[in-house]
Amino acid sequence: MIPELGHYALVLALALGMIQSVAPVIGARYRDAAMMRLASSTALMQFVFVALSFMALTVCYVTSDFSVVNVFENSHSTMPLVYKFTSVWGNHEGSMLLWVLILALFGALVAAFGGNLPATLKAHVLAVQSWIACAFYLFVLLTSNPFARLPQAPFEGRDLNPILQDFGLAVHPPLLYLGYVGFSIAFSFAIAALIEGRIDAAWARWVRPWTLAAWMCLTLGIAMGSYWAYYELGWGGFWFWDPVENASLMPWLAGTALLHSAVVMEKRNALKIWTLLLAILAFSLSLIGTFLVRSGVLTSVHTFASDPTRGVFILMILVLFIGGGLMLFAWRAPLLKQGGLFAPISREGALVFNNLFLTTACLTVFVGTLYPLALEAVTDEKISVGAPFFNLTFAPLFIPLLFAMPFGPLLAWKRGDLLGAAQRLMAAFAVGIVTVAATFIAKGGVGILPAFGIGLAFFVMVGALVDLAERTGAFRMPFAIVRGRAAGLPRSAWGTAIAHFGMAVTLLGIVCVTSWASERIVALKPSQHVSLAGYDLTFDGLVQRAGPNFRETVAKFTVRRGGVTVGEMEPSKRTFATRTMTTTEAALLTRGFSQLYLSLGDANQDGSIAVRLYHKPQVLLTWLGAVVMTFGGLLSLSDRRLRIGAPKPAAKTALQAAE
Amino acid sequence: MTRKQRRLILIGAAASVLAIAVALVLSAMRESIVFFNSPTDVVEKQLPPGSRIRIGGLVKPGSLKRGDNLLVNFEVTDGNKDVAVRYQGIVPDLFREGQGVVAEGKIEAGGTFLADTVLAKHDERYMPREVVDALKKTGRWNEGEGHMPASTTK
Repeated sequence: MIPELGHYALVLALALGMIQSVAPVIGARYRDAAMMRLASSTALMQFVFVALSFMALTVCYVTSDFSVVNVFENSHSTMPLVYKFTSVWGNHEGSMLLWVLILALFGALVAAFGGNLPATLKAHVLAVQSWIACAFYLFVLLTSNPFARLPQAPFEGRDLNPILQDFGLAVHPPLLYLGYVGFSIAFSFAIAALIEGRIDAAWARWVRPWTLAAWMCLTLGIAMGSYWAYYELGWGGFWFWDPVENASLMPWLAGTALLHSAVVMEKRNALKIWTLLLAILAFSLSLIGTFLVRSGVLTSVHTFASDPTRGVFILMILVLFIGGGLMLFAWRAPLLKQGGLFAPISREGALVFNNLFLTTACLTVFVGTLYPLALEAVTDEKISVGAPFFNLTFAPLFIPLLFAMPFGPLLAWKRGDLLGAAQRLMAAFAVGIVTVAATFIAKGGVGILPAFGIGLAFFVMVGALVDLAERTGAFRMPFAIVRGRAAGLPRSAWGTAIAHFGMAVTLLGIVCVTSWASERIVALKPSQHVSLAGYDLTFDGLVQRAGPNFRETVAKFTVRRGGVTVGEMEPSKRTFATRTMTTTEAALLTRGFSQLYLSLGDANQDGSIAVRLYHKPQVLLTWLGAVVMTFGGLLSLSDRRLRIGAPKPAAKTALQAAE
Repeated sequence: MTRKQRRLILIGAAASVLAIAVALVLSAMRESIVFFNSPTDVVEKQLPPGSRIRIGGLVKPGSLKRGDNLLVNFEVTDGNKDVAVRYQGIVPDLFREGQGVVAEGKIEAGGTFLADTVLAKHDERYMPREVVDALKKTGRWNEGEGHMPASTTK
């Protein structure tokens, strides 16, 4: 009964979606307020029904109702409860249900919190949001019904893929989807603006918080996915330039560009058409990402066994929305009025520089990801484009971007002073150069590139601090004034500095771990040692343990440094009986920001076991940087201007200026 | 500066960054892409030793031999031709005889494939697409059998 109710709720959501697709557009056309207001109610009800549908599937999983094909295929009665919840989206059908749930959630949020939007804009935005929603409801209902039943209910399920039986599944997909789908709001706003043929600075102020929220989720989602891959897949890498990873990186790059160009539009009323295009592109890339991951054209951890009709359906959605969006853009964008003027050296100029490099970097990732697919479709020749390609193309484009990052916030709007900015960055330059020299000497004169990478990271970090110091007058003014200014500084300024700082932290982690990670692969017998990077590991022996739905062989290791025991590591091999599948659980020992990483290979006949030991210096900074970036975004999101939709009251600003 | 000049500067900057990107992409394409071959391709094309390729197929049952120092020898087959592969290191959890595998590396002078990366699938019901295609070519893939090749269905 419950699965049928869930199915029915989804059908009702589709029906509501269809009403919402048409009514508000007619309402806006004939200035019928009631028709326009209808969209808000349907958007909220859509969310309620999709949420009911999602809850129905969750109930099926939690109660292990194996009469539902989806539950039978991906669950098992002995699986821990938390995985019964997360396995709802650990499969194709369920993950698409999560997709539409988040899509409906965003529509409902616009309906609930879009009170200060002009009525027609809100009506159009909700209508466009509903077009997208209907397309995906149809996709779920017609090709990926999660509620399909088996004629005879089996006694036991086939279990969730053991690789997915991890806490990462609870966090990574929802965050990533919040990011992907969050860009649909920017898309809907862009399409609505094109339909209305009107766009102004206020538009950017409405779009920015949504984009920022989506960007934050995407940043965290990507970082979480990267950390999960790092500890789960046992290769010790955090980024493989796998097409699926690129699928999430592309919307991130476009979204980052959109965040920055929307600032120009909001503050200076310039770059309007470009911002619209980016809003369309960011969501288009999210759709392409969904297509790549869900259609089965790629081989990866994310690909669930899938049938080809789904790929064709998603491709149709893709063509409809990307093609339609871009065509509408080509037709209507020239009608929009051009915005303000600015000199090439200015805050606007710096943000254009940012956009230029971000979108070009995004383009290289796009080419590297889709070229193999295109080539195969045309010539039947199969190629793989991996890390070497992206290191040669993406990295050279990102370095100038990072180098320019501290300059941007120091330049004035309209007409900036590059020399002045450079002078104020003297401290950052000095720290950067000293770091390059120090790194170069400390690492014995080898590797000038890593030394420059470290120097660049420190330059950007100090640059972000210089920005804050300049704004608060730190080091120049008495403490009381600095404190007052710091308190009066808009939160978005803090957010910018912190997010830029976070980017540098990530860079630092990436440079350290790619340059100085060390690795040993050995076969060990009990009581034998292996040493790496000053650590000495003793293999104490194997222990057998039983988990809720698996058996594991645990290898116990004692870690010593300079004769002192610093910890124990217990990597294991888990065997899941239902799928007769083995997974390797790596053991991690964190020391500061660095980690020791130990994973097991096969046992040999002579009683030895193969182990792979890595030392990953400063690896945690890679993900910590993303957390810092997200925190910067959060501060910016809490800025009064975005929260209340209005800048600070003038009286208070005047008071401050008098200080 | 007039509006027109400013626009020209912008277009010029955009065009030069794009040109740099295109140049980077083209040079990287020449150096860093890797072609995928089935065992039949490897044998029939007579690829020169030292060229970097990917091969994919099934690990031939009975061919897997483990040596000292984590050395693994096995043969990759598409049912038509076999290629001997040598790999030193830890193979993935789902690497088994009769299962799909993709290996990346170089062909040595003797015709042995020296792999530096061995990829297996992530899910026992799922077959790497490259392997499916390689098997389809030799008629060893049966669509009706679902996600497992005919030779390995239980």
